[in-house]
Amino acid sequence: MLQPWVIALVALGYIGVLFAIAYYGDRRVTAGRSLINNPYVYALSLAVYCTAWTFYGSVGRAATTGVGFLPIYVGPTLMAALWWFVLRKIIRISKVNRITSIADFIASRYGKSTLLGSMVTLVAVVGIIPYIALQLKAVSISFTLLWHFPDLSLPPINTIPVLRDTGFYVALMMAAFAILFGTRHLDATEHHEGLVVAIAFESVIKLVAFLAVGVFVTYGVYNGFGDIFTQAAARPELRRLFTFGDSAHAFENWFWLTVLSMMAIMFLPRQFQMAVVENVNERHLNTAIWLFPLYLILINIFVLPIALAGRLTVSGPDVNADMFVLLMPMIKGNELLALFTFIGGLSAATGMIIVETVALSTMVSNDLLMPLLLRTKVLRPSEHQDLPSLLLLIRRAAILFIVLLGYLYFRLTGEALSLVSIGLISFAAVAQFAPAIIGGIYWKGGTRLGAVVGLVSGFLVWAYTLPVPSLVQAGWLEGNFVEQGPFGITWLRPYTLFGLSGLDPVTHSLFWSMVANIGGYLVASLIGPQSVIEHRQASLFVDVFKQVRRGEHIRLWRGTTSVPDIQNLLERFVGRRRARAALAEYARERGVTSVEELEADSELVDFAERLLAGTIGAASARVAIATVVTEEPLSIEQVIHMLDEASQVIAYSRQLEQKSHELEAVTAELRAANERLKELDRLKDEFISTVTHELRTPLTSIRAMAEILYDHPELDTNRRAQFLGIILKESERLSRLINQVLDFAKLESGMFEWHVSEVNLRSVVEEAVASTEHLFRERNVRLRVVVPAHVPTVEADHDRLVQVMFNLLSNAAKFAQDWVEVRLTLQGDVVRVDVSDNGPGISPEEQELIFEKFRQLSRGTRNRPQGTGLGLPISRHIVEHLGGRLWVESTPGAGATFSFILPVMVSEGAIAPVGVQSS
Amino acid sequence: MNKHHVVGQRLAALFFFGMLVFNYPLLSLVNVDGMVGGVPVLYAYLFVSWVAFVGLMAVIVERK
Repeated sequence: MLQPWVIALVALGYIGVLFAIAYYGDRRVTAGRSLINNPYVYALSLAVYCTAWTFYGSVGRAATTGVGFLPIYVGPTLMAALWWFVLRKIIRISKVNRITSIADFIASRYGKSTLLGSMVTLVAVVGIIPYIALQLKAVSISFTLLWHFPDLSLPPINTIPVLRDTGFYVALMMAAFAILFGTRHLDATEHHEGLVVAIAFESVIKLVAFLAVGVFVTYGVYNGFGDIFTQAAARPELRRLFTFGDSAHAFENWFWLTVLSMMAIMFLPRQFQMAVVENVNERHLNTAIWLFPLYLILINIFVLPIALAGRLTVSGPDVNADMFVLLMPMIKGNELLALFTFIGGLSAATGMIIVETVALSTMVSNDLLMPLLLRTKVLRPSEHQDLPSLLLLIRRAAILFIVLLGYLYFRLTGEALSLVSIGLISFAAVAQFAPAIIGGIYWKGGTRLGAVVGLVSGFLVWAYTLPVPSLVQAGWLEGNFVEQGPFGITWLRPYTLFGLSGLDPVTHSLFWSMVANIGGYLVASLIGPQSVIEHRQASLFVDVFKQVRRGEHIRLWRGTTSVPDIQNLLERFVGRRRARAALAEYARERGVTSVEELEADSELVDFAERLLAGTIGAASARVAIATVVTEEPLSIEQVIHMLDEASQVIAYSRQLEQKSHELEAVTAELRAANERLKELDRLKDEFISTVTHELRTPLTSIRAMAEILYDHPELDTNRRAQFLGIILKESERLSRLINQVLDFAKLESGMFEWHVSEVNLRSVVEEAVASTEHLFRERNVRLRVVVPAHVPTVEADHDRLVQVMFNLLSNAAKFAQDWVEVRLTLQGDVVRVDVSDNGPGISPEEQELIFEKFRQLSRGTRNRPQGTGLGLPISRHIVEHLGGRLWVESTPGAGATFSFILPVMVSEGAIAPVGVQSS
Repeated sequence: MNKHHVVGQRLAALFFFGMLVFNYPLLSLVNVDGMVGGVPVLYAYLFVSWVAFVGLMAVIVERK
């Protein structure tokens, strides 16, 4: 039997520890050793998601629906996989724009709209108040239960006086905590370090407490999981909980609850506060992506065993299944564990209340009250002095107000609803932010009007289908419109709107509110126009990862202001010291020495607005700036003009870039041409030196012979004839050489004279063979000629063809070992001539080289054919000119075959039996 | 940057896989009245898939 004062003392002691930890956390920052710059603390602080609902309510829901509690944790697990994209983007946007709450985020995205900011704030407050009430309710009944044990029935809440209700004191203490550690300084982008550390600590406590109960029940009271499940299986009403049951809509409900919790984990104000505003380093997200879902698994492992054990152990109509977690250790007489469990539940509840009220108070002060105050005359410049203190006062009052509102709600609704049902109503409320936020960060077309229409219609449908009927059922509102529909219109019944039945109320409400919300958002966005500032904010949000640094985007702003005006404004809102420091820093960035030298340009206004946004929210900052800046309203024409100027500059720079590319290309071409010319020049020099060398060789021998004959007139006739023969031969060689060079030059310049007539290739071959016969004889090479008796005529220059044949035959004679074969064949409408030898052959790389005019000459020395080596290029030139083709086929070591084909002139003449001629 | 993209794509794929595993119709396959290793089939399926899913996320994100 626990004395109430013991319980109260322990609870107070725990809250005292919390204060101490938060204080220590703040002290560490001042000492420069932050505790929250740590991915594990970040992930644990996200576990503020697990509230008293998780701690007590999950077991309650599991005891009645089996796995029905799980989608609330599976959803965030799935969402964590998408954090990599979505949450990272939201964090980046919020850091760039100094966004401090979800209302600020939406307002800022849609043109810094005051209207949207206040609407989001109202939805959040209305939606979250029941959720805070839930926490207070859990604390209150757990305390009462602990105190009244073994009496398991709870006295109705309205019989307990407020001043004797633990819930009330917890509410007050939480308000005090939130005020102390959540509103210590003004700039909310500076993080609440102490608060975050305390929340992370609470996450550890509630997990350990829940695991302790789980282990105690599963292994202390029963013999492990198997034991509990086996015993439960024996009871039909419990065995039913092992499956989804037979409900046709169980899977739909499951799916929609998963989707709902996916949105809740992103858009609950406390999750936004912890995940986005208090984030000090984007990289912490990487750890949280898996560590936070792991936390969810751990805190859920023992839910089903405790629920089933509770059902097995306790029975009776008075028993609240939500309290099984606490009841199990109490019934089994473990008071210490029961006390620890109570603390665990307290930590779950307080964590939620603290963060939620801080987040909501920021919204209320920045997005609801500030715009109102700024629009009244009271706050105009130089009339009111201590604005920062006023702001803090507003926030502190808001915290107290919200907590007390939550308590009031709890007192009024009492026991009407289970913990989970209340929580789900809040989830469905914040889900209304999803279209505006997700649409806002990925779709530039979303407009302010679209966000307003979507939010309003979604919120109205939500209110009509969830909280209103639940209040009716709690006896709070009169009427029977839940069953009958308003004015008896049955298809407007709030739980089966348009006759959609079978879904549970939350799923039903979520579906219809999302239809209204997304539909309204899309339709209104697509129909309505988008103002200039909306457009600018839209691209600022959607393209947040593309912006490199401030001042890069085109500023659509024109107005007049002065530096002292802006400085005064900043001093009034953020305090003199901080304003001066920020401006000095800005001046340094701009490269001027003092604030006085700054220009009152659009960038300075932008900077001031961002600084203010961190303190009073984007929408309020815009209103505040407007008091010192006379902004010229920009007409569409002016905007277009400004955009035109900008795009002209861009176009001009593009042109420059293109020109420089073209220049580069031309330069490269010129360089290549120059290289080629140099190469040609080199080849020409080589050609000339080789030709002259070749010319000198016969000339030298002619001269030598002539000198001998001149000096020795007494030589006998035989010797004389021999020398004269050499002179003749060398002269012939010389003139042939000169002819070839001349021919080549003519061919190259196109001045070659052609005498085209009907030519019989047979006679060409015979003529060439006759004039080369001596070469073969000299080298002792056998020549075989295979020519058909009748060869069709070709249209060609007879002498040139003889020249070609002569070249091929003399080459073959030079290289052949002991035989050469000439074969003439008719192939369709071409005549083909092959000259084969069994010489050393030509390697594949050289097969084309030998036809190149200069290459031949410049090639190595040993294998170089005697003469000019111009024979082959000239021959190919001739054949190609006559419409034919000349090529070589060779395998090194196995001889070579030079072939050419020429088109037949008229198809006549048959190929006679092959005649063979040998020499 | 390249690694950043790869991790993102893997997580997105895992997300779609998770939507499949934790929804109808796969859930209806394990919605049976039976036990496996002393644990109801549905419970076992959900928790094992859950642990596997989180494990995969950890591997994808933390792998260097």
